[in-house]
Order: sequence, then C-alpha cells, then structure tokens
Amino acid sequence: MNQNFHPFVIPFMLGVIFLVIVMIVRLVRWFRMMDKRQRVAVSRNIISFKTLKAIWETIRESLFHRNIFKTNFVLGYMHFCFAFGWLMLIVMGKVEEIFASGKIFTEPWLGIFFKYFEPIGEHYPLQGFFAFVMDLLLLFVLSGLILAFIKRSRSTILGLRKTTNHSPIDRTALTALWLIFPLRLFSESITASYKGNGGFLTQTIGNWLSVLPVETIELPAWWAYSIALCVFFALMPFTRYMHIFTEVLLIFLRKWKVVESAEKTGYTFIELYSCSRCGICIDTCQINSAANINNTQAVYFIRDVREEQLQDEIADNCLMCNRCTNACPVGIEQTQIRRIYRRKKGFDSEKLYDYIKPEAPKDAQAKVLYFAGCMSHLTPGIITAMKQILDNAKIDYHFLDEDKSICCGRPLKQQGFLEQANALMRKNSELINNAGGTVLVTSCPICYNSFAKDYNLSIPVMHHSQYIEQLLNEGKLKVSKKKELRIAYHDPCEISRGHNIYESPRNIITKVGELIPAGNEKDDSLCCGGSLANTIINPEQLTAIRNQTLDTLCINHPDILATSCPLCKKSFQRGGNTIKVMDIAELIALD
Amino acid sequence: MINFGYTLNKSGAINLVEADLSLYNDLMKKVPSFARCIGCGGCAATCAARQHTDFSVLKCNMLIRRGEYDTLSKELNKCMLCGKCSLVCPRNVNTRAMIIQARLLVNSFSKR
Ligand code: SF4
Ligand code: SF4
Ligand code: SF4
Ligand code: SF4
Repeated sequence: MNQNFHPFVIPFMLGVIFLVIVMIVRLVRWFRMMDKRQRVAVSRNIISFKTLKAIWETIRESLFHRNIFKTNFVLGYMHFCFAFGWLMLIVMGKVEEIFASGKIFTEPWLGIFFKYFEPIGEHYPLQGFFAFVMDLLLLFVLSGLILAFIKRSRSTILGLRKTTNHSPIDRTALTALWLIFPLRLFSESITASYKGNGGFLTQTIGNWLSVLPVETIELPAWWAYSIALCVFFALMPFTRYMHIFTEVLLIFLRKWKVVESAEKTGYTFIELYSCSRCGICIDTCQINSAANINNTQAVYFIRDVREEQLQDEIADNCLMCNRCTNACPVGIEQTQIRRIYRRKKGFDSEKLYDYIKPEAPKDAQAKVLYFAGCMSHLTPGIITAMKQILDNAKIDYHFLDEDKSICCGRPLKQQGFLEQANALMRKNSELINNAGGTVLVTSCPICYNSFAKDYNLSIPVMHHSQYIEQLLNEGKLKVSKKKELRIAYHDPCEISRGHNIYESPRNIITKVGELIPAGNEKDDSLCCGGSLANTIINPEQLTAIRNQTLDTLCINHPDILATSCPLCKKSFQRGGNTIKVMDIAELIALD
Repeated sequence: MINFGYTLNKSGAINLVEADLSLYNDLMKKVPSFARCIGCGGCAATCAARQHTDFSVLKCNMLIRRGEYDTLSKELNKCMLCGKCSLVCPRNVNTRAMIIQARLLVNSFSKR
C-alpha cells in the first residue's frame, strides 16, 4: 500500500469532493439566474483593471477583514485568525510537503495530515523552520477559537450586545469547526510524542502526552480530525460558512459593476449567501435598540429568505434607514433585497393614476424648477422659507407642485408597488420636462433620492441644502451670523447614507450660527422615526425610536435642532417635544 | 312579470345586515389601528391624491365598512402612499398599512 495513504483520509476527501460539487452546481445556477444586464457587465469588465482591484479587495476583506477590524477590533482579530490562519496552514502545509517530498504534485491530503505521514528520521531543508511556523499558525488559529468561544458564551466581552441565534445545522457545523483545530493539535502532538517531529507547541504537548498509550490513541485521533473536517466541509454549503466563498464572488461581481435589479436574480442569492451572520447589523438597528424587536434585522431577514420561511411581517418591518448596510462588513444591500421580497404584483397597470394630468406652466419658462414634495406641504414653513430665499436671491423660478403635488414614487417603490411607482415617475417626468428648466431643486430628501437615482432626467437635481449653499457662495444670498445661536444638525437618512450630503447643510449652518457636535453624526446618523418604509411598526415604537434619536442629537443642549428634511422636522415636532426644530431653509430665511 | 309601463330603479340602499364584511374583518385583524378611526376627515383634507381627484382614506374606510368592494378596488389604487395622511391622523391610524393590506385583500378576494 502507498505509504502516503491511510483510510482515515477518506472522510476528509469525501467532504472536499462533496463541497466542490455543490459549489460548482450553485455557481452555474446563480450565473444562469443573472439577468442580461448583469451578464453584460461581467463580460465587459472581466478583463480589466477591475479584476486586479477585486483581487486586492479580496485579500483585504476576506483574509484580513479590514472592515470588521474597523467596527470591532476583537471581532476582526477573531475572523482574521480563522481566515488568514487557516489559509496559511493549508498553504504552508503544502510548501512543507513539497520541501519534504521534493515533488510539486503529491496526494491532495498530504499537506493536511503531514505530521502523520512525515517519514521518521529523514531530513529535508528548513525542517525545523516549518515545524515552528506550523505550530505558530496553529496557535494563532486557536487564539481566535478561544475568542469565538467567549463570543458565543458572553458576547458583551467582545462589545456586541446581541449575537445571532443559530439553527441546528449551523450549530453542528460550528461544533465541527471548533473541533478541527484542537483535534489537529491533539493528533499532531500524539504523533510528535514518539516521532519527535513537532514544533515548540506540539512537541511540548506531545512530551506530556507520552505517558498515555500513544500507539493506540494515535489513529483514532487522526480519524476524529478527518471526520471533523468532513462534517464541516459537507455542511458548509448549507450554513453561514458558505459566505467564505460567496463573499469572494461578491467582491468580484461588484468590481465588475454588477448591480441588484428590481427582480430576484442570481446576484441576489450571491448577496444573501455572503452574509456571515456576524450580527454586527443587530446592534446598529434601532428597531432592536429602541423598539426592542429582535427578529427583523438584516441578519434575520437574510436567514429567513435563505431558509425559505420569510414572513411578510419580517420583510416589512424595516425603516430602510440603511444603517445596517453601512455597518455590514460585507456591504450587503439588504434594503434592495427587501424591496425585491416586498414586491407586490397583479395590479392592472394600464390605468394607474390616469387621474393625474401633468400641466405645463402658463408663465414664461423659468430656469430653476422648485419641487417641494408632499412632505414639505405638511411643513409649510419650509415652503415659505424657500420662496423667500428664491425671491431674495432674485431667482427666476417655477414652483412645480405649488397647489397639486404628485408623489415622487419612492414610497410606493419601497413597499414593492413597482408598476405604480413607475406610473407616478412617468407623470412627474412629464411635469418636469414640460416645464423645461435647467435645474431641479427639491426640499425633500426622499424626492431628491428618487429624482437623482430612479429617474432619468435630462437636467441636474439638487437638494435645497446644496442649492442654498451655492447661492451663498455665489453671493446671491446674504446672511448675518448670530454668535449666540447654538445649532446641532441631524443628517436625514436619504441624503446622508443615500447621497453623502454632509457638508452643504453644515456649511450653511456655520454661516448663521455656531454648529455644535451631536451624537451619531453623518453616516452614523439615526432615524427620525418618520420612515415611510415601515408599515408594520406601531406608533409607540416609532416614538421610542424618535426619542432615542432626539436624545443623542441633543447631548450638547443646542438652542436649535436643524435638519434638512420636512419629514424629519415633522417627526421631531410631533407629540410634545421642547427642542426647537428648524429646517436649514428656515434658518437662512429667519435672517 | 306584468308590464306597468315603468320600472323601479334598483335600490341604492346598503343593507349592512347582508353586506359581505369579510374583508373588513380581515383588515381589522391585519391593521388593528383601523378600529381607532373616528372619521374626522383629517386624512382627506391633506391627501395628495385628493388634490387631483375625488379620493381619500376616509372614503375607503366607508366603502370597507359597508362592504362595497367593487368600488373599493378602483379607489384604493388611486393612493400614492405618500404618507401625509398618517402624519396628520389624530388617532394614529396606520393609514398606509390599511391601504396596502386592503389592496392585497381585494386582490386575493377577486381571485377567489
Ligand atoms: S447582514 Fe452583514 S452585518 Fe448583518 S450579519 Fe450579515 S454580514 Fe453581518
Ligand atoms: S435598514 Fe435600518 S431599520 Fe432596516 S434592518 Fe437595517 S438598521 Fe434596521
Ligand atoms: S385622519 Fe385618522 S381618524 Fe381621521 S378620518 Fe382619517 S384615518 Fe380616521
Ligand atoms: S398616502 Fe395616499 S391617502 Fe394618504 S395622503 Fe398620500 S395619497 Fe392620500
């Protein structure tokens, strides 16, 4: 019999072969499920610098887990140990084996079970070095394992308030994974105890273990190690560990400019299977931290979709604030995926909103088109302020929705009524095109996001914070600074994480008063509790979210809480609240 | 039937005893806050769709409570889900959830 073979390698090999087959089947299926646009993107970008960039990002994220390090150092270290440590164990094992055998191509299992098959008394280059490095790597992985164990039992030590609950199959795979490295340590030590081929770790433990009947324990130990590997590999495609491969695929697809479409595609599944269930999204979600609901966050939503047991209440119970997407180390666009799963079909699309007749302006064609948006009509102060600003700056403008507003369509889209949203978008596009301006200014971040991202307008779109800043910079608008006014600013979800508009409103505020720091600023901003995306949550829970946000915003006791969204303003003002809330347009007009 | 040379119009009265209130009952379960509506009309006054056509949440409420589902399905599709009504409602009725769930129920009823 081949001296490099022993039946105990069979479970390991079976596990690996099974894993490879399942992965190939999945890959083929996902690629076939991609839509045309996505496939074109892949074929167009596959041979380009983007691929090199993707390789670099894979190393940075999948091996070094830079993003997790940024969020939580200990958690990052843990993932780093497993990913980098394990890969290096495999790679160094292979190199060691090449040095030992002098051949490049050897039995695939040899590197994994090298210590067992290593011939006694033979010497090869760098033998001592390899023994040392392999032990060091093993120790490195084991240190991560200890952290993982602590995380399971006491998540707060790692700075996580909540950790994910696992299904039985996940737990089995987890157990197998946790057993792999201690078993490797044990088997190698046992072998080292009589072969003397261990490094600083395995040899020391091996020497202690030599009091045991090593000859009898040796084989069972290697069998156990192989079986643990087999169980882990065989379960991998059906558990969260699938992310190890899918994440790499996702990085490449993203670099090749593949984007989520309105319908379920292969890309959707690749995103879903890239979730490592790290649980980072749970703590960032206000539905958890303020409203105490714990079954709807990105990780649970994704799990439910994967296990095909998603309920509408779960898909619908999300503010679509994108805080989780922002925090997610993999960058899974859960909001987009949620929209796909909220999709509501079967409505007669012919006659949708045929009662809306977009009118052309009777007056001469103005250069600036102003669209207040439905929500601004609920906060007339913003409209009055905007009119005053435009008049003061002597701007020739046309008010598109002064007495009749057409919703931009985003709320419908968020709820999965795509045909309806498209119908409204056609109406608004007609209205805007008829008016023929050179720039569209809107006061509502929801409309802004919609016009800028979903519409295909021929003129540029600006949020009023950007436009007012421009007027101030051009000197068309003059304001005087009131030193005593201390102002904190709330970043509305739709233009902060949605469009990275952070500086324009702040620049405006510093021209009127003193901008003071608030909690959770910029891309970490919280939800005002007015989100239109969630129709499940009850008013008390929304108020809890709002209050949490108000508390963090007002830590430095501002005189005025400024924002640049009519919906945020409205939510902050509702139901008894002592702080004065103003839109930035009102701050300027107040002058 | 004897021809008297004239006919009676079909009665326009709504018989609440015989009306089919299954959708109403289902909706109550799905959106409990619907029960809190006092018919104040705040939602109608602010409605964005109502600036263009005769439509309001209040009107839909009435149609649902009377079991007039044919008219209802046409009405419901007029809503733009803009959310103004839910912000002004003094009784915190989840108006948009009501519209969405009623749309889904009407759809599933018509398939039955
Ligand atoms: S969605 Fe992202 S943050 Fe949440 S568990 Fe999955 S990988 Fe982690
Ligand atoms: S989008 Fe916001 S509300 Fe929704 S799951 Fe993420 S953090 Fe929670
Ligand atoms: S505003 Fe509220 S309480 Fe008043 S009619 Fe509309 S839904 Fe009913
Ligand atoms: S959500 Fe519908 S019913 Fe409510 S104000 Fe907007 S268009 Fe009117």
